[in-house]
Amino acid sequence: MADVLIVLALALVAASSTAAVLARDPVRQSTVLALLGLSLALLFAVLQAPDVALSQLAVGSALTPLMLLLSVRKVRRRGREGGSHRNTGNRPGSTDREGRR
Amino acid sequence: MSRRARLWVLAVGGLGLAVLLFAASLELPGFGGDRHPYGARAVEAALARHTSNVIAAVNFDQRAFDTLGEESILFCAALGTVVLLRQTSDERRVRPEPARVAPPVRRYALVALPVTLLIGLYVIAHGQLSPGGGFQGGVVVATALHLLYIAVDYRALERIRPVGLYAMADAAGEAAYLLLGAAGLVAGTAYLANVLPYGTFNTLASGGTVPLLNAAVGVEVASGVVVLLASFLDQAVEIVDADDTSDRSPDHHTPPEEKPT
Repeated sequence: MADVLIVLALALVAASSTAAVLARDPVRQSTVLALLGLSLALLFAVLQAPDVALSQLAVGSALTPLMLLLSVRKVRRRGREGGSHRNTGNRPGSTDREGRR
Repeated sequence: MSRRARLWVLAVGGLGLAVLLFAASLELPGFGGDRHPYGARAVEAALARHTSNVIAAVNFDQRAFDTLGEESILFCAALGTVVLLRQTSDERRVRPEPARVAPPVRRYALVALPVTLLIGLYVIAHGQLSPGGGFQGGVVVATALHLLYIAVDYRALERIRPVGLYAMADAAGEAAYLLLGAAGLVAGTAYLANVLPYGTFNTLASGGTVPLLNAAVGVEVASGVVVLLASFLDQAVEIVDADDTSDRSPDHHTPPEEKPT
């Protein structure tokens, strides 16, 4: 019985991690990453490692996708601002900022 | 080096790694066995020191020095994020406008917030007794606070999250771990040695220094994650380029606001 659960959890991890690699849109990818975190937590719980499962649940399915989404939002906003301003040539210090990030 | 030669080097290196990994896997103990030489010793040592969560005993007693390194990794990561994502002179802050939240989302988040917060605090407090501990509970506490961003808006989150205080708590948690370790030196044994009385098995105060180190990590992780997310959120929500005119607020010629820290 326990072996069936382990195999199921492993299959879930394999499927969701493949989906995470194949998803090209970062927003969609962050959702798939949250699912991957959830299935990894399930795997750790089935393997009787509840401590690791808790960490995985908190970091992998909540924190990482959130930070990814926030970064995407910032990059997209900068892209929009840059698109409307770049042709005015009026962006002092834009080059060194882009080099820094 | 030509492309062909590089591919050869890669192939040889990959093959060598595969052979070594396979050879190593032959010596592994069987999958899923209930006896393990290190496991048995760790359980014995944990029970001898009245710590019922063996993982906590490993993390905060037997391998407390490892945990000091891990705690410092998060501390340095939060510090680096704060430095990298700070507001620079060519950026300014735009006050985010109040956002409309769908009522079911608001209700759900407002109900989930206190429950999640309580679970996080419980997980920290019972780190030496049951699965979980300062790290897991700290992340849960930090994410619970951010449910307010989902339930109301960013201004509400900023009101309950003075970043300066959390940054200080982050440093205090890190310092508490270092100083608790030094208590072992003062007591005349080794750094991070478990010098306190072990207490009654399976009670909150059991485990000697384990609950204290666990609480220090909990404070450090909870405030570290809050500071980390605050830097990301500030960049994603508030901070825009100084010469940007396409933002949402009408008073965009006001000088940049002071950081709330």
